[in-house]
Amino acid sequence: MNKPASPKPRTTLILLGCPQVPVQTSIALWLCAALNKQEIGCLVGGTPAARSLLEVADPDHHYLTDVGDLDTIIEEIADEKRDVDAVFVLIHNEAGVAYAATMAEISAGTTYALIFGDAAEERAQEMEGLGCRLITAKGSHNPLPLKRRVQEVLKSWDA
Amino acid sequence: MGCIEKLDYEVLIRHASFPEAAKYIRAHCAEAYEVRPGFKIFDKAMIGIPPVLIGIDADTLTFPFTKPCHGTFLLRVEDATEAARIRTKAKRVKP
Repeated sequence: MNKPASPKPRTTLILLGCPQVPVQTSIALWLCAALNKQEIGCLVGGTPAARSLLEVADPDHHYLTDVGDLDTIIEEIADEKRDVDAVFVLIHNEAGVAYAATMAEISAGTTYALIFGDAAEERAQEMEGLGCRLITAKGSHNPLPLKRRVQEVLKSWDA
Repeated sequence: MGCIEKLDYEVLIRHASFPEAAKYIRAHCAEAYEVRPGFKIFDKAMIGIPPVLIGIDADTLTFPFTKPCHGTFLLRVEDATEAARIRTKAKRVKP
């Protein structure tokens, strides 16, 4: 983390990247559950493939309470028709860096860049100075290091 | 004009980085304009690392287009109306 703790949000957006790296789907569903427990609204935006991975894993939408198309959600935020208090952008490639930078620009909420994958350190360097809070854990298959880092943020909201 | 994939575009660079796209636009386009991510081009919010550059040669636009799984492409599209709109809405940085 590179900034002081933010206040607890009421509404959040989880922005999925390319689902090529396994950590993403696991962290996204876990984060939905964690936010739901704190009674924080959680919208998930992603490509059809990224959304499908979540919807198959959570067929009754126990955790995935609100889900939508990535491009549509971004357009709505850019047009100021919708916004959230916090955005979690899942990043493992260069496109993810660009999406996080865009969210930091168009959303009034705090943008958290959740960086993972084998090139996490490189991605984190690219994110410097883009106005996002960086949460970085190298690795593609084990979600636990990233989960622990995100938990620190969620706990800081209660402090 | 809501879907850039439906435009008649030419791909100049595949898997471009934003610095690489900006360098190309500054070097090859007669005019260059600077915008922030979220700026609308062909009715679509631009995804990018600021500042994002758009190049113009007469009625032809050169701009980066990013997709989550395919990275960033530098595209070239001819559209006089959109070129005129960019000239009035964006900050000119070249010449």
